[in-house]
Amino acid sequence: MPTQATAPTAGSDLMVRAEQVHKSFGPLEVLKGIDLEVRAGEVCCLLGPSGSGKSTFLRCINHLEKIDAGRIWVDGDLIGYRERGGKLHEMRDREVAAQRRAIGMVFQRFNLFPHMTVLGNVTEAPLLLRQEKKAQARERAAELLERVGLGDKLGAYPGQLSGGQQQRVAIARALAMRPKLMLFDEPTSALDPELVGEVLDTMKDLARDGMTMIVVTHEIGFAREVGDHLVFMDGGVVVEQGDPREVIAAPKHERTQAFLAKVL
Amino acid sequence: MTTEEATTARARPEPIKAVPVRHPGRWIAVAVLAVLTAMFVHLLVTNKAFNWSFMVDKMFRPPIIEGLLRGTVLMTVSAMLIGVTLGVVIAVMRLSDNPILRGVAWLYTWFFRAVPRLVLLAVFGNIGILWSRVEFGVPFDTQLGQLFGIDNLQLRLFGFSSRDILTGFMAGLLGLALSEAAYMAEIVRAGIQSVDPGQTEAAQALGLSRGQLLRRVVLPQAMRVIIPPTGNETIAMLKDTSLLLYVPVSVELFFQLDAVGKRTFQIFPMYVAACLWYLFLTSILLVGQYFLERHFGKGYGTSGRARMRLRGMTAEAGGSAGVVK
Repeated sequence: MPTQATAPTAGSDLMVRAEQVHKSFGPLEVLKGIDLEVRAGEVCCLLGPSGSGKSTFLRCINHLEKIDAGRIWVDGDLIGYRERGGKLHEMRDREVAAQRRAIGMVFQRFNLFPHMTVLGNVTEAPLLLRQEKKAQARERAAELLERVGLGDKLGAYPGQLSGGQQQRVAIARALAMRPKLMLFDEPTSALDPELVGEVLDTMKDLARDGMTMIVVTHEIGFAREVGDHLVFMDGGVVVEQGDPREVIAAPKHERTQAFLAKVL
Repeated sequence: MTTEEATTARARPEPIKAVPVRHPGRWIAVAVLAVLTAMFVHLLVTNKAFNWSFMVDKMFRPPIIEGLLRGTVLMTVSAMLIGVTLGVVIAVMRLSDNPILRGVAWLYTWFFRAVPRLVLLAVFGNIGILWSRVEFGVPFDTQLGQLFGIDNLQLRLFGFSSRDILTGFMAGLLGLALSEAAYMAEIVRAGIQSVDPGQTEAAQALGLSRGQLLRRVVLPQAMRVIIPPTGNETIAMLKDTSLLLYVPVSVELFFQLDAVGKRTFQIFPMYVAACLWYLFLTSILLVGQYFLERHFGKGYGTSGRARMRLRGMTAEAGGSAGVVK
């Protein structure tokens, strides 16, 4: 499925731009000034040991976490704030929600709505927010589910599906909002090893179709094969970044070397 | 591999035929209970104080049935409707980011849970003493009028005499509903808090607003936790309508049975009649609660697992499993 044609923003094809992002939880500073640029159609993989702040950074991009300093733009729009007369104004819940509609997110623990069928999970947001007609939303949901290989599970409840199936439903649910950016927060970490492949295949498929994706992952193979850009984070800073194949084959920084030596 | 082959190759051993463990205690218990039951039935049948024929004759009389329908059934339904609605509002206030709303909600639950229901009803039965009329309009209208030099300014839209709305049924309803709202608020709050925060995050990430995610995602899941105690609350409410005797509300089951008992000096049979009526009504509610819990358990727990088991079985049997339509 082609990604939505993104309006060319003034002089760049950047989908995400982060500048000096800082975030603390109480006394603990989790992000210590993250800079990141992701071009439209690019797959950016965030790698790093646990506690390095990669998930937190991902959650800042759709404003699930409020940042303490810095700026994040998605498709040219400043996230969570409006700049007026040199002053930042907090956005209302409603406006933040509207910004999130263009950003799909897939969680480590799937977070499907257990009281709705698979079809209900995928059609819920389009029906509520895009005011799509019921028949149209159902048709599109069925298409998306067919695409992730679950065309025969429309009436099932999430509790009846395997982890891999649930995660693929979660991907279809995010895609139903026709996002221009997809965030993946360790999408395969909660899965049994034999179920990881089916989710990664779905994601590869999505990447091939030109979706802009930011993926927090421990799957080095995926980063090498699908990633256009790899960012290695540790201790709340970006330690090293570049072409995934180069970084993985010949990491320059010693912390990257140490990490890759452990996971490869 | 070799052990597996060996076990399949060997002949199946004989089924175990062992002498089961005896449970003499069970037989003793049965005997004791049988004697006690016989004594109880003997009491019911032979004791003249029950005066069964008198009781049966009186307990279906029109004033009693009217009391049952209005004072007990209608009151329970109305008080629960108001109580649940107000309870949800107070629970949401309690969980709000706004510290003033949170404080008010806490104060409300504190007050109405701290005062016994019986006392509360007695207070509401006499609350009419505060005002002769209850009117709706601009607050402090006379005081505001005086400020601008207008004597006795009245900006009131409509009103009622306290004798009409702050006595009897309405006073009782107010007391029960307000008190119920406090208990329901705690139940709803527990329900909302029991929902995985990941659900809220997923709904937020999709771009749902606070109201939408509460209504479509959180509350339906909280229902599973809210429904069973609400069933208990409804049953408790049905029984607590008997406290309306202290408002007093005359069109009410227990008031009427009590009145008949006192008038005829057959107090005990009429109290037994009250027991039987309440037993009957509560039993109906228990059946309703069973179906409600089944409905809101959709997609979870036993029913979901049972379906899974079913699928697993068809898969083993070689059937085409997984086509859930």
